[in-house]
Amino acid sequence: MGSIKPPQGGSEYILELDAVSKYFGSVIALKDVTLRLRPGEVHCLLGDNGAGKSTLIKMLAGVYAPDHGEYRVDGAPVHFRSPCDALDRGIATVYQDLALVPLMSVARNFFMGREPRRRLLGVFPVMDHAMAGTLSSEKLAEMGIRVRDADQMVGTMSGGEKQCLAIARAIHFGARVLILDEPTAALGVKQSFNVLRLIDRARARGISVIFITHNVNHAYPIGDTFTLLNRGRSLGTFAHDGISRDEVLDMMAGGAEMQKLMAELEGVRI
Amino acid sequence: MASVPAPDARLASDHAPTPQQTATQAAADSSAKAGADERVRDIGPVRRFLGRPEFGSLSGTVLVFLLFAVVAGNSGMFSAEGIVNWGTVAAFLGLIAVGAALLMIGGEFDLSVGSMIGFAGMMLTIPALYWGWPLWLSCLFAFALALGFGALNGVLVIRTGLPSFIVTLAFYFILRGLSLALSILLTGKTIISANESLTLHDLVQADPVFNFLFSGHVLKDLFNSLAQAGVIAARDDGVALAIGVPKVVVWWIVLTLAGAFMLARTRFGNWIIAAGGDPTAAKNVGIPVARVKIVLFMLMALCSTLFAVLQVADAGSAAADRGLQKEFEAIIAAVIGGCLLTGGYGSVIGAALGALIFGVVQIGIGYTSIDNNWYRVFLGLMLLIAVIFNNFIRRRVALGARRGG
Repeated sequence: MGSIKPPQGGSEYILELDAVSKYFGSVIALKDVTLRLRPGEVHCLLGDNGAGKSTLIKMLAGVYAPDHGEYRVDGAPVHFRSPCDALDRGIATVYQDLALVPLMSVARNFFMGREPRRRLLGVFPVMDHAMAGTLSSEKLAEMGIRVRDADQMVGTMSGGEKQCLAIARAIHFGARVLILDEPTAALGVKQSFNVLRLIDRARARGISVIFITHNVNHAYPIGDTFTLLNRGRSLGTFAHDGISRDEVLDMMAGGAEMQKLMAELEGVRI
Repeated sequence: MASVPAPDARLASDHAPTPQQTATQAAADSSAKAGADERVRDIGPVRRFLGRPEFGSLSGTVLVFLLFAVVAGNSGMFSAEGIVNWGTVAAFLGLIAVGAALLMIGGEFDLSVGSMIGFAGMMLTIPALYWGWPLWLSCLFAFALALGFGALNGVLVIRTGLPSFIVTLAFYFILRGLSLALSILLTGKTIISANESLTLHDLVQADPVFNFLFSGHVLKDLFNSLAQAGVIAARDDGVALAIGVPKVVVWWIVLTLAGAFMLARTRFGNWIIAAGGDPTAAKNVGIPVARVKIVLFMLMALCSTLFAVLQVADAGSAAADRGLQKEFEAIIAAVIGGCLLTGGYGSVIGAALGALIFGVVQIGIGYTSIDNNWYRVFLGLMLLIAVIFNNFIRRRVALGARRGG
C-alpha cells in the first residue's frame, strides 16, 4: 500500500487507448480516440463541454468498455468490468464529486471502502480508528494539507482541501495512474494553484496523471503532453515543447471566439 | 518540464511563517492563515458533545424524566413495577428502533415494520399450533420468512430505483393483508392462542430454548431479595411485585449495544454511513452499496420478527392486526435519536433513547391526571422539535459555518 509499482512489460506506455470508440444509441460519444500515457507524466486532456471528456474518463476508469478499439495497461489489453478492476491495476479516478461524504469525518472518508481493521480482544474485527486518524492526517500533511483533527467532518473543509483529500487518498491507496476529472473547475485561483502543486508532487513521486480540464491556464503550466478532444474526436496529442499555450487555446476554442476568451482568461493566468 | 512552482514552496495552509518571508508572501498568507485558523479551530468538549447525534435525544430524555418526576413523582411511576412497566414498552419499541435507525442511517425507510410484526407473529404461531411443528422450528420459519421479505424489500428498492417509501408502503399492505388472509384461510381466526388441546402458553413452557430466549424475566432473585430487604414493593407472600426484568429489556439492551458497536466500530458500520451519506461516492470507492442496503432491510425484518416473537411469548397469543403504527413509532424514535431522514448520520444509542422517551411518555401519562390521548400530541411535538433541533445542530456544529471557497 502506498508504494508505486514500476510499470511491467515492455511497453513504453503505462496506459493506452488505441482508436477507441463509444456509442450511446445513435450518439457517437467518442470516435477513434487514441491516448497514450507515459509513466510519470502529466497528460492533460482538454476539450470543451460535450467533447467526450467524461466518456473517456469513464472508459479509463472501467465504468464503460470501449465499443471499438483497445485499452491497454502496461502494454497488455485489458477488459475492465468495473471500476474495481481498474483500481486493482492502480488506475484511480478522482471524479468531480470527489467521492467524499460531507457528514463523515476526514479519517472515515479517507479509508472509506478500505477500512483498516484490527481484532478487538483478538476476536472481533473492528475498524482501527486510531490508525485511520493518524495515517490520514499524516498522508494529508505529506500533501501539504494540515488537518489538526481527523475527526472533523469533511463538510467543514473548503473545496480545495476536499480535492486534495480525494487526491491524497487515491495516491495512498497505490494509484500509479491518477485520473483527475476537472479538479480545478469549482475552485478559486489560489485553491486551483494548490491542486496544481499537488499534481506536481504526485508526478515527483512517479505517478502518472491524466488531468482533465477545459482551462488552458491550468493545464499548460503543469502538463507534459496535451490531448485535445473536440466533439468526440481527438485533435491529436502534443508535447509541451511542441505547442504554445495560444496554439492549445486556439485549437480548443476556434479562432473566432479566441480573442474574447483570451481577454477573459488573461486575468486568471498563473 | 513545465514551469511549476518548486515543490518545497511553503503552502498557504502551513502555519508558522518564517520571518524571511517577503511582504507580499506574508500578505498573501495572512488571508489564508485566517482561513486555516477558522477551519481547524479547536472545538471544546462541550461543542463536541453538542455535535454528537445523540445530544438531542439525551437532552430530550432528561427533560422528559424531569417533567414526569415533577408531575408524577409520587404516583408509583418510578417504583420497580412502574419502571418495568414503561421499560417494557420502551424495550419493545427499542428493538425495532435499532433496525429503523440503522436503515435510516443507510439512507432508507421501512414502512412495513408493523405489518411484518403481525405477519411474523402469525407465521410463528400457526405452524406451532395448527401444523404440529415444534416451537423452535416455527420460530426459525418465522425468522426465515421475515428475512426473505426483508431481502425482497431491499432487492426491489435497489433494482427498481424506487424510493423505499413506495416499495415498503406496498409491503405495508401486502404483509398486513397476508397475515389477515392467511390466518383466516388456515385457522379461520385472526387471533390465535390455542388449538383443540394445547395453548400457546403450554408450548412456550415446554420448549426450554424458546422459553429461555423469549419468555419471562431475568434477575427474579435479585428483585425478590430487594423486596425482602424492603427496597421495592412486595406482595403479601414476600415475592416482589415487579417479577423481574422482562427478557425483552435484555434483548433491547443487547441489540442496541450490538447495533451501536457495529455502526461506530466496524467496517460495515462505515459502509452504512457512507451508503446513506452519499451512495454514489460510496459506490465509487468500491463499497457494495446494494448489498449493504439489502442487509439493512433484512436486519430491520429481523428486529420486527424479534419484536413479534417476544410479543407472542409475552401475550400468549398472536393476532393478525398486531404491530399497527409501529413503523411510525420506530421512525420517530430514530429521528428523535438524531438520525437524519436523508441518511448518513445518526445514532443507535440515540434511537434507544428515543424509544425510552416514547415509553416514558406513553405510560407515564397514565400515572398523571392528564388524559391518555395527549401522549400522541406530546410525541408529535417531540418529533417536530427533534427534527428542527437536529437540523439546526447539524448545520451549526457538525458542519460548521462555511466561509470562503
